[in-house]
Amino acid sequence: MDFAVVVTVEILHSIAVLVLISSGLAVIFGMMRVINLAHGEFLTLGGYVAILGHRSGLNLYFCMLVLAPVVVGLWGLIVERLVVRWLYGRLINTMLATWGLSLAMTGAFSMIFGNTMTGIPNPLSGLTVGNYQIGGYSLFLIAAAALVMLVIYIVLKATRAGLIARGAMQRPDMAQAFGLNISHVYMTTFAAGAALSGLAGALLAPLVGLSPGSGANYIAKAFITVISGGASVVTGTIASAGLFGSISQIFTLVTSSVGGEIALLVAAVVLLRLMPVGITGRFFKGWT
Amino acid sequence: MNSRILMMEAGRVLVGTLVCALVLPFIVDVHTATLLTIYAMLALSLGFIWGFGGILCFGQAAFYGLGAYTYALAAINFNGAWAAFALAILVPAVFAGLLGALMFYGRLSDVYLAVVTLVVTLILFKFFNSTAGPTYRIGEARLGGFNGIPGFPTLTVPGDPGTYIYGAGLFYFTIALLALVYLGLRLTLLSPFGRIIVSLRENEERTELLGYDVRFYKSAAFALSGGLAGLAGCLFANWAEIVTPGLFSLGQSAEIIIWVIVGGLGTLIGPMIGAALLGYLKFVLGHQSAVDNSFIMGVLLIVVVLFLQEGLVPTVARFMKAGLRRPSSKKSRRQRRRKRAVSNAG
Amino acid sequence: MPGEVVLETNGLTVRFGGVTAVDRVDFALRERELRCLIGPNGAGKSTFFKCLTGMLQPSDGQVYLRGEPVSGLGPHRLARLGVGIKTQVPSVMNGLSVHENVWLAARRRSGDANAGTLQALEAVGIADLRRELVGQLSHGQRQLVELAIVLAAKPWLILLDEPAAGLSGEEVERMVGILRGLVEHATLIVVEHDMHFIRQIAETVTVFHQGRVIAQAPVEDVLEDPLVRDVYLGRSL
Repeated sequence: MDFAVVVTVEILHSIAVLVLISSGLAVIFGMMRVINLAHGEFLTLGGYVAILGHRSGLNLYFCMLVLAPVVVGLWGLIVERLVVRWLYGRLINTMLATWGLSLAMTGAFSMIFGNTMTGIPNPLSGLTVGNYQIGGYSLFLIAAAALVMLVIYIVLKATRAGLIARGAMQRPDMAQAFGLNISHVYMTTFAAGAALSGLAGALLAPLVGLSPGSGANYIAKAFITVISGGASVVTGTIASAGLFGSISQIFTLVTSSVGGEIALLVAAVVLLRLMPVGITGRFFKGWT
Repeated sequence: MNSRILMMEAGRVLVGTLVCALVLPFIVDVHTATLLTIYAMLALSLGFIWGFGGILCFGQAAFYGLGAYTYALAAINFNGAWAAFALAILVPAVFAGLLGALMFYGRLSDVYLAVVTLVVTLILFKFFNSTAGPTYRIGEARLGGFNGIPGFPTLTVPGDPGTYIYGAGLFYFTIALLALVYLGLRLTLLSPFGRIIVSLRENEERTELLGYDVRFYKSAAFALSGGLAGLAGCLFANWAEIVTPGLFSLGQSAEIIIWVIVGGLGTLIGPMIGAALLGYLKFVLGHQSAVDNSFIMGVLLIVVVLFLQEGLVPTVARFMKAGLRRPSSKKSRRQRRRKRAVSNAG
Repeated sequence: MPGEVVLETNGLTVRFGGVTAVDRVDFALRERELRCLIGPNGAGKSTFFKCLTGMLQPSDGQVYLRGEPVSGLGPHRLARLGVGIKTQVPSVMNGLSVHENVWLAARRRSGDANAGTLQALEAVGIADLRRELVGQLSHGQRQLVELAIVLAAKPWLILLDEPAAGLSGEEVERMVGILRGLVEHATLIVVEHDMHFIRQIAETVTVFHQGRVIAQAPVEDVLEDPLVRDVYLGRSL
């Protein structure tokens, strides 16, 4: 019984991590059909901001929940204005340019922070369940992931800004005819996606050490979660994160953590072969 | 095919190769020159499939690494490095062909192609990275995890198993192979197979309506490209005398893409020049620590995508032609550019 | 004179989500017949064509070529069975020369591919353009290039989707001549709007509306049909 609880929490934790690392990319891809391959470095930047802020004496939760999203959001804004906006509608070119950005940011990190691991201590102590320990921070992450999904859903479905964004993405021509500045909508959406990435990177920083190349660990997982999820931001992310998170955690328990990661990647390839339009393209058409 | 064209082409390649073989060792040392030649071969493998087949593979490093590892593993297990050499081309080619079939028969394109190729590279990277310890072995060879496989026998002069090909010998062998591969690809592009590949880049639907099974042709071209990348990996293994999982890294894949796009998409000469120039730049940058190499590469990629879509070689060629002729209007320039793209410049 | 039935569809249906683009179409065509399809935009003519070439798979029903069921076969298989199509928007290789475009089709046939290419180019009267890049030709010229591609593959069933659209008066005359010549050894279906053009080439016209065949009659009678007139005048049925 205790074991079952622990395993459930572990699986939920693994899903939550996938949800967090994919949500920023999902918003940008789902709304704008743009793949940001520098997404991993956006997460890493969020982590660095949280660490630096914490070291300079600011409250850790303030750094993670406010400072990191704001800084990375602003960075996203700059990137959108300088690079991405010239490439809308050219999927492959956007991928190439943002891959360049990814390399440039990795290089910049190692020039600024040096090629070493940094980290912050885990702020929450563990809980004891029978003979087992559950990380308190795991529960915090699960709650955070659920909250992030809920907020995205509410923003998209129930606010004016969400309505404008959805309308503008579906029919840019119509939106423009209504007097919307489509360029601003794209800019805001990209910045919002970047801010989500910053939040996720900061939230994950206490779990994993950060090094300049950390982004590479995130990007593939985020990329496949989003692509396999398909076009719907919330449903797609939850569905594919749920699937991949469970698979990778189960394989991790049975084999090793590398086994879990490889199982996740293999599952993604198989899934895409079977459903080239992603899970939501196949089963949840028209969901958000 | 016209045999006169073939002879002329072969003559040109011979002259170019000789010039490179004589001049390069004076610019950089022979050791570095060999590496640049290997990079050129690797860039050629992607330049073919991307520039002419319109298929952008985000995981060219997978075939490169597979070629290197196949050579190392086979060289340890077999008595005779040349069998390992052949396997190092064959295994990546078959792997690429199967992967290609998986994708193209599933009608994956664009972003989905990118995910699958990227993910496969990552799987290989993670796998070889985690193979430390004596349980992971293939025959006599231990995979060695993060540290890779050192100390495998390198190529020897045929008929003289005691004499190893290294140093200047390896350089001349590599550049001769590069010339052969280049010539082979030129001929391939002139052949019906090559024309069908270009045709499906131009219009997949029409190519299919002409009765060509595009899934087959794409998979075959992908296998060819994978085999060439494997050859480059095999040569790298002989050059470095060690293979490590870093060969499979995403950074390696990105670098190949950058070589090709900087050199010029839709040409064969462009990717080779891009690879040699940027490889040299990396070599120079390696001697200082103020500016990080990936920073430069990244910025370069952004700049090329934003401002220099055609890449170096076509742009330079255009300026040279414009300089030789009268100053031309924008329109006729564009026309010439497209014509060149069609005649498979270089 | 037209011979036996070589193309037949049975209850052919194509649905896109909730929309039925082709609705239970039964259609039959005899050898060396030239049939015109007419109908307002969105009537399902192009979708019907795509089913015949394998570019779309029907949701229901079957296509028979010379009595053999062919639904489920891909475009390249149907092309090898001898079906050729000229699509509505010219589907050509813009980055290749005219000669290369046609050559790729001609080499599918036995015999000298270069000779076959030249023959097809001369048949549509664009042999002088053979070195030009297709992407730089006018719309009308690209239409002719696509026609040459189709002819070079020597199909026995030829589908032409608005072959006269965008052609100059002189080019239309040439197209009429070409189509009349084709009927000597091939079976044709032509989608057109221009009744003047249709009168010159076809005897029988099939009228599509909302995915269904609503009429099929000799060309002179079909315009007298009040149902057809209503469709074209936009009145609901």
